[in-house]
Amino acid sequence: MTTATDELHHDDHHHDHKPSGIMRWLLTTNHKDISSLYLWFAFIMFLVGGAMAMVIRAELFQPGLQIVEPDFFNQMTTVHGLIMVFGAVMPAFTGLANWMVPLMIGAPDMALPRMNNWSFWILPFAFAILLSSLFMEGGGPNFGWTFYAPLSTTYSNDSTALFVFSVHIMGASSIMGAINVIVTILNMRAPGMTLMKMPLFVWTWLITAFLLIAVMPVLAGAVTMVLTDKYFGTSFFDAAGGGDPVMFQHIFWFFGHPEVYIMILPAFGIISQIVPTFSRKKLFGYASMVYATASIALLSFVVWAHHMFTTGMPLFGELFFMIATMLISVPTGVKVFNWVATMWRGAISFEMPMMFSLAFIVLFTIGGLSGLMLAITPVDFQYHDTYFVVAHFHYVLVTGAVFSIMAAAYYWLPKWTGKMYDTTLAQWHFWCSLISVNLLFFPMHFVGLAGMPRRIPDYALQFADFNKWISIGGFAFGLSQLIFLALLIKACRKQGEPVSDQVWEGAEGLEWEVPSPAPYHTFETPPVVK
Amino acid sequence: MESKQPEIRKTVIKLVAVVIGMFGFGFALVPLYDVFCEITGINGKTSDVAATYENVVVDKGRWVNVEFITRTNSGMPWEFKSQTKRVRVNPGEMHQVDFYAHNTSSRDIVGQAVPSVSPGTAAIYLNKTECFCFDQQPLKAGEEVIMPMRFYVDPALPEDITYFTLQYTLYDVTEQAQEIAYNRG
Amino acid sequence: MRNKLYQLIALALSFISTALFAASDTHPDAYQLNLTKGVTDISQEVYDLHMTIFIICVVIGAGVFAVMLWSTIFHRKSRGVKPATFHESVKVEIAWTVAPFVILIFMAIPAAQTLIAMEDTTEADITVLVTGSQWKWHYKYMDDEVEFFSLMATQQEEIKNKFEKNPNYLLEVDRPLVIPTDKKVRFLITSDDVIHSWWVPAFAVKKDANPGFINEAWTKVNEPGIYRGQCAELCGKDHGFMPVVVIAKEPAEYEAWIAEQKEIQRLAKEEEQKLLAMNMDMAELMSVGERVYATACAACHMPNGEGLPGVFPALKGSDIALNDMQKHIDVVVNGIPGTAMQSYAKQLSLKEMAAVITYERNAWGNDTGETVQAKDVNALMNGN
Repeated sequence: MTTATDELHHDDHHHDHKPSGIMRWLLTTNHKDISSLYLWFAFIMFLVGGAMAMVIRAELFQPGLQIVEPDFFNQMTTVHGLIMVFGAVMPAFTGLANWMVPLMIGAPDMALPRMNNWSFWILPFAFAILLSSLFMEGGGPNFGWTFYAPLSTTYSNDSTALFVFSVHIMGASSIMGAINVIVTILNMRAPGMTLMKMPLFVWTWLITAFLLIAVMPVLAGAVTMVLTDKYFGTSFFDAAGGGDPVMFQHIFWFFGHPEVYIMILPAFGIISQIVPTFSRKKLFGYASMVYATASIALLSFVVWAHHMFTTGMPLFGELFFMIATMLISVPTGVKVFNWVATMWRGAISFEMPMMFSLAFIVLFTIGGLSGLMLAITPVDFQYHDTYFVVAHFHYVLVTGAVFSIMAAAYYWLPKWTGKMYDTTLAQWHFWCSLISVNLLFFPMHFVGLAGMPRRIPDYALQFADFNKWISIGGFAFGLSQLIFLALLIKACRKQGEPVSDQVWEGAEGLEWEVPSPAPYHTFETPPVVK
Repeated sequence: MESKQPEIRKTVIKLVAVVIGMFGFGFALVPLYDVFCEITGINGKTSDVAATYENVVVDKGRWVNVEFITRTNSGMPWEFKSQTKRVRVNPGEMHQVDFYAHNTSSRDIVGQAVPSVSPGTAAIYLNKTECFCFDQQPLKAGEEVIMPMRFYVDPALPEDITYFTLQYTLYDVTEQAQEIAYNRG
Repeated sequence: MRNKLYQLIALALSFISTALFAASDTHPDAYQLNLTKGVTDISQEVYDLHMTIFIICVVIGAGVFAVMLWSTIFHRKSRGVKPATFHESVKVEIAWTVAPFVILIFMAIPAAQTLIAMEDTTEADITVLVTGSQWKWHYKYMDDEVEFFSLMATQQEEIKNKFEKNPNYLLEVDRPLVIPTDKKVRFLITSDDVIHSWWVPAFAVKKDANPGFINEAWTKVNEPGIYRGQCAELCGKDHGFMPVVVIAKEPAEYEAWIAEQKEIQRLAKEEEQKLLAMNMDMAELMSVGERVYATACAACHMPNGEGLPGVFPALKGSDIALNDMQKHIDVVVNGIPGTAMQSYAKQLSLKEMAAVITYERNAWGNDTGETVQAKDVNALMNGN
């Protein structure tokens, strides 16, 4: 490929002739290879976690216990949550960052390529440990992905140790990935690529990475305390020994709330890339987008206790966390308004990335508004721990984060493979997903308001009709993702129409200046950004 | 790229320091939470050290009802009662309430009473000068004991609180107590 | 023409509003869409607040989506439009930062008012101590010496789809909590093991039961009736099977009920004393034991006594159940601290404990042939 530059760089990760077969993937330090690994891993985990969701929905298809025992049901909800958060959404975003950040800022690779390899390859082990715990005697973790003590300490089964270790490894992987992203963005930008010229995807990821290194260690601390409480006689969360189970929730949600922004800020970045491209108009309010992202990130550290209104907080605490949480809707609103203003008087076309982005904006806004409702403390007493909450966070995470990842995949796939994806399959995938996902999650608002608690394997008869529809929606959404799988396999086998370097008519940015497909090494001589 | 290595190294060192710092912060949250609880009374924790009773002005114009609830946690085979169900006190006035405990089982047990106040905001205004809850209580099989608790309500108690509840949950901590004794001995 | 249109809109609106509002009865129907209005002033206030916020959210959402829709229809490339070039406007951006602030203030004020009304800590007429444990509730009336456990009454056969499910499936208990109407009732909420959450939607009361700590909640019910709720915090295997049922009675009826309960508890105690002097025969112990086992033990140790490997130990063939009778009694009476095995000293009578221990020592092939009598249990409990 680029022999001229290759002679100048004799680092081992710049070797042009990559080893073949499995060794290429095991030893690779190339950001494009690693991110492909990340993306495939995330997709596989998405299917595994989805299969667990299918078990959950099958059990809830009708009242009564038909398919699984309550204890196994709890294991399914727990592991489904852990896999989707740590195995699907986060690695997918890290994968996208790996592919696109160097391309977008004109860097030849990530700043720390060997660590990059490391941070991916420990992930499969983390999830192998987690999944293997399901086959232990007594089963896997069954205390919910939030692992509230003392259910996860005194009253948990012996797979808890495996759960703790796998979370440690996931955390280490995310922290390494985040350090890599920050170092790359701060040090590897092409000349002229000032911070305020960076594409929004890079900006949102920079802020996300800072959130990650701030809160993943706190999660590591929390699981460590669970481990020592369970096995080494400490009593951080045990009232008998002077501890406090509510403190667990404070520590967990100090991690947990920034964590949900970790899963949505990169999505904001993706949508901010795609909407201008297909509106053929510059992003409205670039600077305010950056500031809004930063203020969401900062606010995310002072709202954690809105997950805990029913734990018995004093009045002033409830008021403080209610108001702080409501404030987050201001910068979030700014973002939505900016996207709509970007579309306003543009020349919009409706390719698949744009379709997913439009669906994202509408459905994420619904999730955001139900989030605002949940912030209102007195009514949260009624909503808390019901299916209303389940509906809310699935609107934000599935039709939010996951749809943005799909939008990103459609947007950059032609750049990765050099071929246009199968547009017919894409249409099928989009419309099946869109309809089924709403059938799946929208009625959850109703059953939640009507009083159905979350995390129950069986329910009262009044919820039966809606649950049937929800399950049908769930199965349909699950099957729809197989269309996506087919499309991805076709794309990876390089079938389809060749595309130009720019791929999309309105696309702007450095990533569209390299050839399609993007060569193995790019920007070995940095481009100059004017 | 080589020219950028020193800068990369510097950024990495800083970020690793942040990660280590935040891991420490996770644990620091434990004492921070206790301090926060002590200042705000969040979660109804009372202080686990004895208060002093000096220069306290008794507010004769105000009455506060204090209710006492006793519970034994599951598997704690003691009888545990407060001799007084509730008292009506002036803020600032010193009071004593006696608690009765009886180990009805056939083995020696070490008990630990854990206090909790509701509404939680009242907790920091409850000053205990003497309490059995500060220490573990060993009782031999069949033994019984009267345990005093002396307290006064801080006159600074917010006006809107006219009564509050103090609950003691008694836990069996024999195993932990033995471990400590073993480690010390 | 215009009139027709108005009629149509009015019809549509009335349809939507019936769909949204009509279903919020105290007895929720299938296809209930909205929050319950409940039966207390507070729950009514919460409902109104919910509707206010909901309508504001719908209006905001509809506004944003309308602008989007307009763009996708009229600003599409296929219509041959040329894209505009504007990409910032400080004025507009300030406007849509400030406007949400103002809306938020209008939401926060009624919310804060409702919250303050909920946290009214003035003295209550009646106090009930609510204790959650895996997977049942315990109620204790602090002013009267009345206390009892409240367990789900739905039969296992209904859950396993062998019997027809009754209308209150999973929302029925053996002994509901009874409270008077028009009186301020205070709930002190705590837990014996993990965190539970006591929730009655009709009262808009949901409070976590934290082990070692107490929480308070208050209610004043306006109408007599039966109100059903569930545990709202994941508390282990049978989290979905620990309902809350509260019966609100007129104060006079409530007083009569309390008096009756006191009498029942007094008689039960007398009965206990009599039992100490008697021996029950094997057949009686086994039949009582089987019933007690099904309600108190089978959830974990399973109806066949085999437990759940790795989680709940088997009783069938276990060393304690076959050999060590004193240990067996001790485990049932005192539980095993730090595990899911609770103490049954307060949950079961002496007779029931004796019967269930006998049952466990003689069922599923554990044929020890031994009987355990109430006095054996009493000896361990009271050391004489």
